[in-house]
Amino acid sequence: MAEKKRLKDLTLWEKMYVPEVVKGLKSTMKQMFQPRFTMEYPEVKFEPVGSYRGRPVLVMEAGGEERCVACGLCSRVCPALAIEVQAGETDREKERYPEKFEINMLRCIFCGLCEEVCPEEAIVMSKDYELTFSNREDAIYGKDKLLKPITELQDRIDFLRSNK
Amino acid sequence: MGKLTIDGREVEFRQGQTIIEAATDSGIDIPHFCWHPSLSVSGNCRVCLVEIEKMPKLAIACATVAAEGMVVHTKSDKALSARNAVMEFILINHPLDCPICDEAGECKLQDYAYNHSTGEGRFTEEKQHKDKRVELGPYVMFDAERCISCSRCIRFCDEVAQETELTFVKRGDRVTITTFPGKQLDNPYSLNVTDICPVGALTNRDFRFKSRVWDMSSTQSVCSGCSRGCNIDIWVRKNEILRLTPRHNEQVNSYWMCDHGRLDTFKEVNSESRIIAPMLRRDGTLMQANWSEAVAHITSEFKAFSSDEIGVIGSAHATLEDNYLLAKFAKEILKTKNVAMPSHIKHGTADKILITEDKSPNALGAKLMGITSENFAVIMHAIETGKIKALYVMEEDLVALDHKFEAILAKLDFLVVHSVVKNATTALANVVLPAASYAEKNGTWVNINGMAQRIRPAVATQELDRSLDGMSLSRLDKFGTNFDRWGQVNKIDARPSWSFITMLFNSFGHKLKFKMAEEVFHDVAKHVKEFHGLDYDVMGNQGAKISLVAEKV
Repeated sequence: MAEKKRLKDLTLWEKMYVPEVVKGLKSTMKQMFQPRFTMEYPEVKFEPVGSYRGRPVLVMEAGGEERCVACGLCSRVCPALAIEVQAGETDREKERYPEKFEINMLRCIFCGLCEEVCPEEAIVMSKDYELTFSNREDAIYGKDKLLKPITELQDRIDFLRSNK
Repeated sequence: MGKLTIDGREVEFRQGQTIIEAATDSGIDIPHFCWHPSLSVSGNCRVCLVEIEKMPKLAIACATVAAEGMVVHTKSDKALSARNAVMEFILINHPLDCPICDEAGECKLQDYAYNHSTGEGRFTEEKQHKDKRVELGPYVMFDAERCISCSRCIRFCDEVAQETELTFVKRGDRVTITTFPGKQLDNPYSLNVTDICPVGALTNRDFRFKSRVWDMSSTQSVCSGCSRGCNIDIWVRKNEILRLTPRHNEQVNSYWMCDHGRLDTFKEVNSESRIIAPMLRRDGTLMQANWSEAVAHITSEFKAFSSDEIGVIGSAHATLEDNYLLAKFAKEILKTKNVAMPSHIKHGTADKILITEDKSPNALGAKLMGITSENFAVIMHAIETGKIKALYVMEEDLVALDHKFEAILAKLDFLVVHSVVKNATTALANVVLPAASYAEKNGTWVNINGMAQRIRPAVATQELDRSLDGMSLSRLDKFGTNFDRWGQVNKIDARPSWSFITMLFNSFGHKLKFKMAEEVFHDVAKHVKEFHGLDYDVMGNQGAKISLVAEKV
């Protein structure tokens, strides 16, 4: 094998090694006084901005009712087939409501298409990113886990409206 | 036959046909709301406006009679701008209800709004508000805001159902539909208005909000309500029948079906009282068993009786294939002449439209297989007097026909019953076999006029697999897996009666190799002269008339 020729041989200064160590330490010292970006999760929680796509949730109006009319478009558009909706009839002005609304969080890919297609602004992506389950059944979120008061979702709704 | 040109294509027409009829016959689609091939022309929706050369103004295709040499443009700038204007006009007062409207997905207005309008409305004023959720009758719900006043429902009641019940009231944008004072939309065909309504103004109260149309699969089948055999589509989601709709067949039912057939015939299939496995009576109680135990038990028990002591009851509710093999079983294995079926004729229940007196779908078919209803009283009498000691009943609830049969059947030493659901007859049986319902098997029914028509499985049983057995698939069936929640459906371990009788043949030492209903039908076509030359492909979707050699059957 032919011996590879270096492009440039080390200078004497570099061969001495110590000055280079000092150079590295200088950089380290500089970083120590820079602002920090890491967080001590889970003691400190990350608070995402409005554009963050966490788990999809259903908007609950002030009166405790869901906005959803169970039109089924989210279920239709969902590329992962994660959403299952069963409509029912009510006496309210909007005569249709979701009797059952389930999202399989094992299937959800957080793409946000359900939110985009929703004609009622009833399903939105929340800031919730903490999803843990110990078995498959727990991963199926029903209305009890999906409904969230509108006050907690204002950020996202403002973001959606400003980007229409 | 004359010829006219539509969009540069030469099209033939019969004398007296309108442009839209000639176009439809040649497969050219001209948008329309109020025109329906089986109803009179009212010409009020104006969406079928077309340009005809040498005519000063645009004309509606549904009311303009085709003439020799006519040149029609359906897609010229003039025609398109008129159509877009009409669409915009209709949409002025149409609410944006699609998310909650059941019609969404099969709505003509929705489709045309995509295809034929500008997509932009200029009407910013308040829309007309009218009544929503009006119960027009026991089965039909009316939403006045969605109505586009095409008058199809009114004309249907007047012309097809022949009961004047609906009419327009008020004028202009306040026009709405109502029933006449003191009347309801309750004729026996009322639900057909929900099919012909081009929008979601009239909806089926039984099906309301149950499912989106795009989530269901539809299977072509035949109604089991009476011997008319109306062609239907069975709509299924998660292996459950949600609704039936009529399917066009000009030789049988045109576009219609009755409310009884639509609402009452499919509930049995979804019922809680389905028999889910074969059952044998042990020490006085019916216990769950498996199929081979049932076969072995029946074989050994029947061998203890002489052929005169055995009776066989076929059924006009079962298919041709079921009755054929049952008759063959009685003749070749049991060697008994005591074969009959009960009649389901209810005198005076027929009308002049579709409903017939015979409330079973296959009486003629069973009769052609050699099972008649004449002998039935004789057999029941023979059981009463103790001459017949063992009875094989296929898909009939005898006790429901007549309560005195309960005491008679109790006298039997051995009773085998094929049944879809638990009933008073299965309660008396020694062996109960879960029969596949009409929505779970392939087969043939022959209607009152000798039309042999196919039924197809729409609901999967344990031995059926939606994709492997060529059943129709919904979106979720296609893209999901069996491990998904919607794949974990309730499948019943029911089998078609012919398939169980084939097992019995083999157990009695007669080799029969039928694996599909189609093979049984080939055998029927070979041996029964009325069915010569027929097979499942010949019958297809529209059925085939059998050759009634003895015209009077």
